[in-house]
Amino acid sequence: MPQRVSESKKEVTILFAGDSGDGIQLTGSQFTNTSALFGNDISTFPSYPAEIRAPQGTIAGVSGFQLNFGSIEIFTPGDRCDVLVVMNAAALKANLDKLKIGGAIIANIAGFDKKNLKLAGYLDQRNPLEDNSLGKYRVIEIDVTKLTRESLKDSSLGMKEKDRSKNMFVLGFLYWMYNRELAMTEKFLKEKFAKSPELIESNMAVLKAGYNYGDTSEMFTTRYEVKPAPMPKGTYRNMMGNQALAIGLIAAAQKADLPLFYGSYPITPASDILHELSRHKNFNVRSFQAEDEIAAITSAIGASFAGNIGMTASSGPGIALKGEALGLACILELPLVVVNVQRGGPSTGLPTKTEQADLMQAFYGRNGEAPIPIIAASSPKDCFDTAFEAVRIAVEHMTPVFLLSDGYIGNGAEPWRLKSAADLPKITAPLIQKPNAGDAFLPYKRNEKGVRPWAVPGIAGLEHRIGGLEKEDITGNVSYDPENHEKMVKLRAEKIDKIALSIPLQEFDNGFATGKLCILSWGSTYGAVKTAVKEMVEEGYSVSHIHLRYIFPFPRNLEQLLSGFDHVMVPELNNGQLVKIVRSEFLIDAKPLNKIKGLPFSSIEIREEAEKYFV
Amino acid sequence: MSTIAEKPKSTAKDFSSDQEIRWCPGCGDYSILKQVQTILPEIGVERQNVVFISGIGCSSRFPYYMNTYGMHSIHGRAPAFASGLKISNPDLSVWVITGDGDALSIGGNHLIHLLRRNFNLNILLFNNEIYGLTKGQYSPTSPEGKVTKSTPMGSIDHPFNPLALAAGADGTFIARAMDRDPVQLRDVLREASEHKGTSLVEIYQNCNVFNDGAFEVFTDKHTKANTTIFVEHGKPMVFGENQNLGLRLDGATPVVVDLEVGEYAVDDLWVHDKTDRFKAGILMRCFETPGADGQGIPRPFGVFYRENRACYEDLLHNQIKTAYERKGEGDLDALLRGNNTWTIE
Ligand SMILES: Cc1ncc(C[n+]2csc(CCOP(=O)(O)OP(=O)(O)O)c2C)c(N)n1
Ligand code: SF4
Ligand SMILES: [Mg+2]
Repeated sequence: MPQRVSESKKEVTILFAGDSGDGIQLTGSQFTNTSALFGNDISTFPSYPAEIRAPQGTIAGVSGFQLNFGSIEIFTPGDRCDVLVVMNAAALKANLDKLKIGGAIIANIAGFDKKNLKLAGYLDQRNPLEDNSLGKYRVIEIDVTKLTRESLKDSSLGMKEKDRSKNMFVLGFLYWMYNRELAMTEKFLKEKFAKSPELIESNMAVLKAGYNYGDTSEMFTTRYEVKPAPMPKGTYRNMMGNQALAIGLIAAAQKADLPLFYGSYPITPASDILHELSRHKNFNVRSFQAEDEIAAITSAIGASFAGNIGMTASSGPGIALKGEALGLACILELPLVVVNVQRGGPSTGLPTKTEQADLMQAFYGRNGEAPIPIIAASSPKDCFDTAFEAVRIAVEHMTPVFLLSDGYIGNGAEPWRLKSAADLPKITAPLIQKPNAGDAFLPYKRNEKGVRPWAVPGIAGLEHRIGGLEKEDITGNVSYDPENHEKMVKLRAEKIDKIALSIPLQEFDNGFATGKLCILSWGSTYGAVKTAVKEMVEEGYSVSHIHLRYIFPFPRNLEQLLSGFDHVMVPELNNGQLVKIVRSEFLIDAKPLNKIKGLPFSSIEIREEAEKYFV
Repeated sequence: MSTIAEKPKSTAKDFSSDQEIRWCPGCGDYSILKQVQTILPEIGVERQNVVFISGIGCSSRFPYYMNTYGMHSIHGRAPAFASGLKISNPDLSVWVITGDGDALSIGGNHLIHLLRRNFNLNILLFNNEIYGLTKGQYSPTSPEGKVTKSTPMGSIDHPFNPLALAAGADGTFIARAMDRDPVQLRDVLREASEHKGTSLVEIYQNCNVFNDGAFEVFTDKHTKANTTIFVEHGKPMVFGENQNLGLRLDGATPVVVDLEVGEYAVDDLWVHDKTDRFKAGILMRCFETPGADGQGIPRPFGVFYRENRACYEDLLHNQIKTAYERKGEGDLDALLRGNNTWTIE
């Protein structure tokens, strides 16, 4: 037995990378589940090739799964990785820049033969594992393919099938490296291959072989220990952003006691919401794959007219198509939830990359004065709460609501502490069952919140016509009267402003209520900003952090909170959008920090910019 | 003697709203409105269960004049609004009101998808071969050569044949009527409302301001008998001033025969069978404009085609029902929990 040392780590980021066919996603999610069960906090992010069947062995075909786990609270999938697992040369080439100096590369040398080197585009098929170009890193070479085959030499499986389990070898090796048990994966394999015991056996054999390889090989002298994180007590599950969002929509519809209608047209990265909702028809969910995004939103408005909660989701290009209908929903004053899982734009842009550049589109992307409330999710698990809140606002305030997410949190995942149905608040729709003015029904007679009644076809005495033409106040009849138009524009705007009374006051995420610098963030930048601010606060910097869920209307105290600081910095994955709104709304000299690379901020980037305010 | 007070039958007036009608005097839309208001009490629907959904155009103002539920939506999208409405409440009697521009230009996509999905609702397509509301540009049904504000040298667009288009989208009820023949229009509307599935009724409608007389050759009492034929299921295709002309099928080609010559009798004529997809297709293809003197194939009116096919909303609700049967009513706590949890104590 070699002499072993155990090194303790607070957090570790691992990136698994390989060909789409290498089982990367599965390896990553198994490691995730095992570590979560062990008690680590964790955050994950998968990346897929843009093409469905990109050529094997090429950079375009590389799939990745990054995970950050720790004995401390984790807020992002990690800036740079400590360990890069590469199944072939292309995976190394595509990801080397994500590895920390001094980080470890675990390379399957079978993926570095001449053919793979050529496909990956290494000049003259020079092998990076052999030419000393990786001197800044610790390279662990393993012939995974050969060792996998060896461990299955007694198996009757064909060579192809044997090779397919090589990801289990890597997983087993990492389990050894991080002192993890195999039990969770064993349970998973038993369920997955319940019908073919042979595959359970072979995968387990390879998994154990990988583990034992670490244990017996003289090469490895260090194992790592990442202790459980101080997570709040409770029962947890892993949640992907889009999944959390879909479940949040269902939960809200259930709490409103109304059917959920979801009209949608497939688009990356929003399609998973459609997939998830389509599976839950027994929750009174009616999902409809429409012929285009216009039909998706208009069918949802038709459904809302009929007393369902109409919802639709898309990404930038699809949201652009929905613009006219959004204006209609706004003037009709019907509930509607519109989700934008943002991606890089303009036009088709970077479909599989993340961006926050559709905020202005949500604010202003319509003709006429058409204010629509906007809320944004900050992390995969936060998609649940924001989805719930979007439905609540839409239904209780009779308005379309924008819910902004993005590809980064939509596809990312993290542990979510279970909520029970009983803990979720009830949502009360302003449904009306009988005339509201003697025998007459006045569809645009408002309550104290400025909200009109929701009268659903099928009720005698409430027959009424609504439409996109300007309406007379109270009666809803068509009116071209100039005074009336101005009045209606203001009434609709006031109704939205009053939503600020039903949302919580803004709180600081970190830092004191006054000081030198306040970082004001929104959406998926939360984790990176939180991590950066946490470090800086611990080091004594006068930095505070406000993260917005409610972007329009703003929480009522936001202006006052911001006024407590010498500087306000607004980091965004766009060319400066929230910062413009904050500047014009509050007349303060808020400064932008922009990144428009299709990639999330690293906490280092936030920190570097923030430090400039202290020189 | 019954002791239960009978609910008074509703009348056309009950279906008329208190809003002032704003169409130009003499517009064909008035007649269509009247016929619809007339047949609704006859078919026995109650006002609270009726929804009119329109797009944008002169014709699309229609819902405002109906004392039912209604939505004047956006240009071309009424079929999609109606789809969502129908999924949400399959029991409603839904009527889509649209124009030739609304349905066939900006909304062409939604129209064909509505037809193939076969929602149980009715589409009334007011075809005046012009854009009325925008004051007189040519439309997708305007004939080639049509001089309008936007085509001063004549239109070079080949027009749609709306019924053939509907058939191409596998519409299950395809009919044509006109504003100037209220009796036939009412017959067609009644049958459309009875059909379970998407009923498409194209209605020739005169825009007396921007396209007056577009259908005159079919509506004028001097020419109508020779230029039009009203087809009825199971009946031979006879037309003409003195019922003296008929349509025969020569292979797949319709030909006009003179019944007075003695060569052909009524028994030799084409007997309309609205369940025959192929023959209905031939009928829809009778689309040249015949001469006023009866030269050429007359323009057919009536119900061309009718087929029973499952409706989208029924299929969807069946799936929902099956999901309930298989999994039971959704348990929110179970959904929140998922199938892989761990506990931290
Ligand atoms: C998105 C959009 N584009 C253009 C218009 C202008 N517009 C209103 S009605 C119409 C054409 C209507 O023609 P048709 O459907 O034949 O109805 P008609 O007025 O003839 O009854 C147009 C182009 C509009 N309202 N919305
Ligand atoms: S413009 Fe034509 S279609 Fe429009 S209301 Fe006047 S006559 Fe009727
Ligand atoms: Mg028209």
